Amino acid sequence: MIKKTKNMAVWNWMIVKRAIGDSFIKLNPRAMMKNPVMFVVEVGSVLTTLQMIYGIVRPVPGVTNLKFELQITLWLWFTVLFANFAEAMAEGRGKAQADNLRKTRTETTANKLLSDGKIQVITAPQLRKEDVVVVSAGEFIPGDGDVIKGVASVDESAITGESAPVIREAGGDRSAVTGGTRVLSDQIQVRISSNPGETFLDRMIALVEGASRQKTPNEIALNILLAGLTIIFLLAVVTLQPFAIYSGAPQTIFVLVSLLVCLIPTTIGGLLSAIGIAGMDRLIQHNVLAMSGRAVEAAGDVNTLLLDKTGTITLGNRQATAFFPLPGVAESELAEAAQLSSLADETPEGRSIVVLAKEKYGLRGRELASHEATFVPFTAQTRMSGVDLDGREIRKGAADAIEKYLAQFSARTPPDLTAIVERISREGGTPLVVAEDRVALGVIQLKDIVKGGMVERFNQLRQMGIKTIMITGDNPLTAATIAREAGVDDFLAQATPEEKMRLIKGEQAGGKLVAMTGDGTNDAPALAQADVGVAMNTGTQAAKEAGNMVDLDSNPTKLIEIVEIGKQLLMTRGALTTFSIANDVAKYFAIIPAMFAMLYAVNGGANGPLSALNIMGLRTPQSAILSAVIFNALIIITLIPLALKGVKYRPMSAASLLRRNLFIYGFGGLVAPFIGIKIIDVIIHAIGLA
Amino acid sequence: MTLNGWLQILVFIGIVVAVAKPVGIFMTHIFNGERTFMHFVLRPVERLIYRLTGVDEKREMRWTEYAAAMLLFSVVSLLLLYILQRVQGHLPLNPQHLPGVDSAGSATSGFVGSAFNTAASFTTNTNWQSYVPETTMSYLTQMAGLAYHNFASAATGIVLAIAFIRGIARRETDTIGNFWVDFVRCNLYVLLPICVLGALLLVSQGVIQNFRPYDTAKLLEPQTIQVDKKDANGNVLTNPDGTNQQEAQTVTDQTIAQGPVASQEFIKELGTNGGGFFNANSAHPFENPTPFTNLIEMLLIFTIGAGLTYTLGRMTGSQKHGWAVLAAMVVVFFAGVVTLYWYEGHGNPMLSKLGADQSVTALQPGGNMEGKEVRFGIANSSLFATVTTDASCGAVSSMHDSFTPLGGLVPLANIALGEIIFGGAGSGLYGILIFCVLSVFIAGLMVGRTPEYLGKKIESYDVKMAMLYVLIFPLVILVFAAISVMAPSFGTSQLNNAGPHGLSEILYAFVSGAGNNGSAFAGISANTYWFNTTIGITMLMGRFLMIVPMLAVAGNLARKKMVPPSLGTFPVTTPLFTVLLVSVILIVGALTFFPALSLGPIVEHLLMYAGKTF
Repeated sequence: MIKKTKNMAVWNWMIVKRAIGDSFIKLNPRAMMKNPVMFVVEVGSVLTTLQMIYGIVRPVPGVTNLKFELQITLWLWFTVLFANFAEAMAEGRGKAQADNLRKTRTETTANKLLSDGKIQVITAPQLRKEDVVVVSAGEFIPGDGDVIKGVASVDESAITGESAPVIREAGGDRSAVTGGTRVLSDQIQVRISSNPGETFLDRMIALVEGASRQKTPNEIALNILLAGLTIIFLLAVVTLQPFAIYSGAPQTIFVLVSLLVCLIPTTIGGLLSAIGIAGMDRLIQHNVLAMSGRAVEAAGDVNTLLLDKTGTITLGNRQATAFFPLPGVAESELAEAAQLSSLADETPEGRSIVVLAKEKYGLRGRELASHEATFVPFTAQTRMSGVDLDGREIRKGAADAIEKYLAQFSARTPPDLTAIVERISREGGTPLVVAEDRVALGVIQLKDIVKGGMVERFNQLRQMGIKTIMITGDNPLTAATIAREAGVDDFLAQATPEEKMRLIKGEQAGGKLVAMTGDGTNDAPALAQADVGVAMNTGTQAAKEAGNMVDLDSNPTKLIEIVEIGKQLLMTRGALTTFSIANDVAKYFAIIPAMFAMLYAVNGGANGPLSALNIMGLRTPQSAILSAVIFNALIIITLIPLALKGVKYRPMSAASLLRRNLFIYGFGGLVAPFIGIKIIDVIIHAIGLA
Repeated sequence: MTLNGWLQILVFIGIVVAVAKPVGIFMTHIFNGERTFMHFVLRPVERLIYRLTGVDEKREMRWTEYAAAMLLFSVVSLLLLYILQRVQGHLPLNPQHLPGVDSAGSATSGFVGSAFNTAASFTTNTNWQSYVPETTMSYLTQMAGLAYHNFASAATGIVLAIAFIRGIARRETDTIGNFWVDFVRCNLYVLLPICVLGALLLVSQGVIQNFRPYDTAKLLEPQTIQVDKKDANGNVLTNPDGTNQQEAQTVTDQTIAQGPVASQEFIKELGTNGGGFFNANSAHPFENPTPFTNLIEMLLIFTIGAGLTYTLGRMTGSQKHGWAVLAAMVVVFFAGVVTLYWYEGHGNPMLSKLGADQSVTALQPGGNMEGKEVRFGIANSSLFATVTTDASCGAVSSMHDSFTPLGGLVPLANIALGEIIFGGAGSGLYGILIFCVLSVFIAGLMVGRTPEYLGKKIESYDVKMAMLYVLIFPLVILVFAAISVMAPSFGTSQLNNAGPHGLSEILYAFVSGAGNNGSAFAGISANTYWFNTTIGITMLMGRFLMIVPMLAVAGNLARKKMVPPSLGTFPVTTPLFTVLLVSVILIVGALTFFPALSLGPIVEHLLMYAGKTF
């Protein structure tokens, strides 16, 4: 469901239509009060509206200028509506997704297993925590829970959008099932872990819809700053009237409200909540559910990433990387024997040996049916596998297993072999010894392969000041080698859940924020302790409860993307705040000379001395004020796509990011309104509006 | 403008930057409680003070306790000065037999709230003087009242800055030092030793130090002036049309005021107090006799402000940040002095039109010399005015009211920026640090992390308190100024000038009060009940209402964890940060005061070029 909406354009007509309607609903002052900046604009709009009506009823000749007043009033209302529209647009995508999710939440029945072993059929909403239900092939799982008996393949596409079925089984880390998913084969017993209304699906709907959205800490802080600035400007504008009266140039309410609205940070004030919602939304596009906005912010702040080696840094299975023949044995001979012994070996290791031999020596997997071939499968007893082929007896296995095998035939292990085996082990590889006809030929080196592109990614992370720590159950030697190859900053070898916990607490004690992924029940405490804990959707219920994010794709590498999304969210907020404040300079140069254009004008001259500040050369005082107000309103609409998509993010150091963004949004914010206001002035003058 | 003038300005900046490090290191030692070369003499004295006052040297205070101790101390000091002024007539060291301030026989002929204004003024390190010292204050009041406050208020500011630095530097602790200990150390090791030596230096240059009654000298050239004609009972006689009758009076004698000046002069600048012993302040030859003392006095004003930036770097372990903050101060200061010198050097274009020669020649300084002491000339007067208003000193060597409009805008704007360019002793540093916090908060998000300042996360509580700090300043200024311009009876009637210049005069008075600067634009009769009371309140609010949220930020920062710096950390040590900080200071200041200023000095400047003055 979610994947289908992934590439939804910013301006989707359905969403726009709904957002326009919502913009008016949001005018409700009680809702507006949550946003002090826009609330002030709304109050200003009401004031000018009342004043305008009064002006229509009792016009004052020479003062009332209905054409100007009507336009100002309308644009002030537009300013409020545009801000509401931005928020509604951001919410719109989530709402569309929530509607889709709701459709999948069908009324299901549950086969509740009673204590006497009988089955009682009830409806899903009647299920309570700790109930046990039986689900058979073709049935929907009635609620979230853990498989306590049986194995089944489950279609989870309703939640993850991934159509390939997944295996769920009792015990271990793949026991969690989600309500609303469908069992495809077999039968399982599920212990329900959540009451109706609190299920994963319910929470997911609430999350994407933004219903449970609360302001994040940084958003609250930013709101305080904006409210503070608003009060300062309110003061500056309110006290300007006495100064203006003293100077002999009292101002109308339209002009004063216009000045106020232009000065208070409406751009960021109008877009702030849209930015936050869009950030959550971007995570959802990546199939990650953040349980709180706080977690998204924390993701941007992360100093240390704990990454599981297997599946995140390495491909997850060891692969053959080299052949080391003993003296007197040709490497191709070793490769051929190794390949033959592995032809029937369906493990990833076995296949990788065949592939390596083919790549290196052009040895093709031969058609074995024509030969007299007997495969010796791997057993826990012998810890060897091999093949008997045309009278050749080829075996491969761990060094000590082969040693034992050779010793049976009183063949001594050559010292060179021991040396090679030790060296490979020391370098973090796994040696597999190959013997033919009871004579050792050499060693195959198996290694964990670091995923492509990881080195670059870790480099980028380092440039952003993020430390990566690899977590692995391997011994320190092996871990060190992989760590070096992958370019992580540090590693934790022979990691136990306790060790992991200690590492997290240690980092946090130093003031750092830690992010990690996990799926097992024993990961739960660490997931809860971490500032950003991403649970895999395939993981246990306990893990999902403990983390503050769930990755529906169960892809641990995504942690890096999550960090980037968090950073992008914060950057967007900062960029638009800076832009908004920098804008004010130009607005002063538009409005102040317009307000006092006639002040101290010498002997009926058209312009007073303060017109010198009209550096944009705006046509008339009315058109100058109007242009500034229009610019102020339109900039909100113009920046909606940026707020929703986020500013462009490139991994680089904070110093370079600051330089870049300060130039674009600080300097740009200073210059842009000068140009924008001038253009609007030319247009409204051309079409005769002022 | 002359090359010599520019060079003097550059040399001055060079010396200021050069003294920052030694002063900063010295203060770091003192406030960290480390031994210095003076300890073998002064340490026993310090211990004795603690024993007598019952202060536990080892005990640390939370920010609330620190604030309470500071407020308690200030309130008591304020009351003492108030009482001292009112009863000075009955106390010794009063050779001129000056009556109590605000009493019927005083210079104000009655109660106008002058004693309250002065008590508030000196407690808040403002030293706004609505009175004329020579005819108002006895020597005892000057020394035990005013000079005492010069030390006390400066030390209070300095220790508050140290407390703020500790808030940044410490982590996961509730305390930010002990007010009493910091205060004693500041006076004992920093202010007193320097001032004792400094006063002697000034005496060597001709600054007086005595308890003599005022001298009378015969004028070489007797002058005739017009005075109000009085009857035998001392009542002024009026003409039928209501104006006062005038009569000619010949003046043959001149009264030359005396007093213990040197002991007060040095701390006046070092502590950025600025209250002159004489009405003419640093333009008076007994306060500021030579070009050398002029240089010393200007340097003193910046010494502690500059030094504290180094202390900041030292104590927080980020020396480069200290330099970045100092650089921001230097940039804004330099912009100010260039503007001021430029416009004063060019003089009034209307005079040129009338044929007056305003160019520099060997015989005349050129430019606008009105209101300037001829001994100092335009360059040094411009420099002094910029220095005294960048720092919240308020000592003056020229009349700011007589500057050209944009020349006069510079002191006004300097104070309106919040007295953070070097600023008051200590208060300048904590003020600019609040702006650092805000700069980091506004721009910090742009590096993709929640804002952090020197490893401390800036969160909603910090922003709330920082905004409160920023908000109070324009609040008191704009509200009182707005009321004053709307009130002909007690507000605008006290102005000497109409139009935009009058607005500048009123604005300047409240800006100077809130900024705790104390310099006067003059041109306004401020020794009235309304102005004494409102400016008094303005000074108190501008000082203490801003200190409390500032200390709250310090206390909150001290509690936080320290995030270790990394490549992802917002850089506060680079030139880019200096640019950012300067931009935030200028934009916040400009956005707040631009409308008011545009109706004052800016329009006045434009009108002057159009041929109209006020």
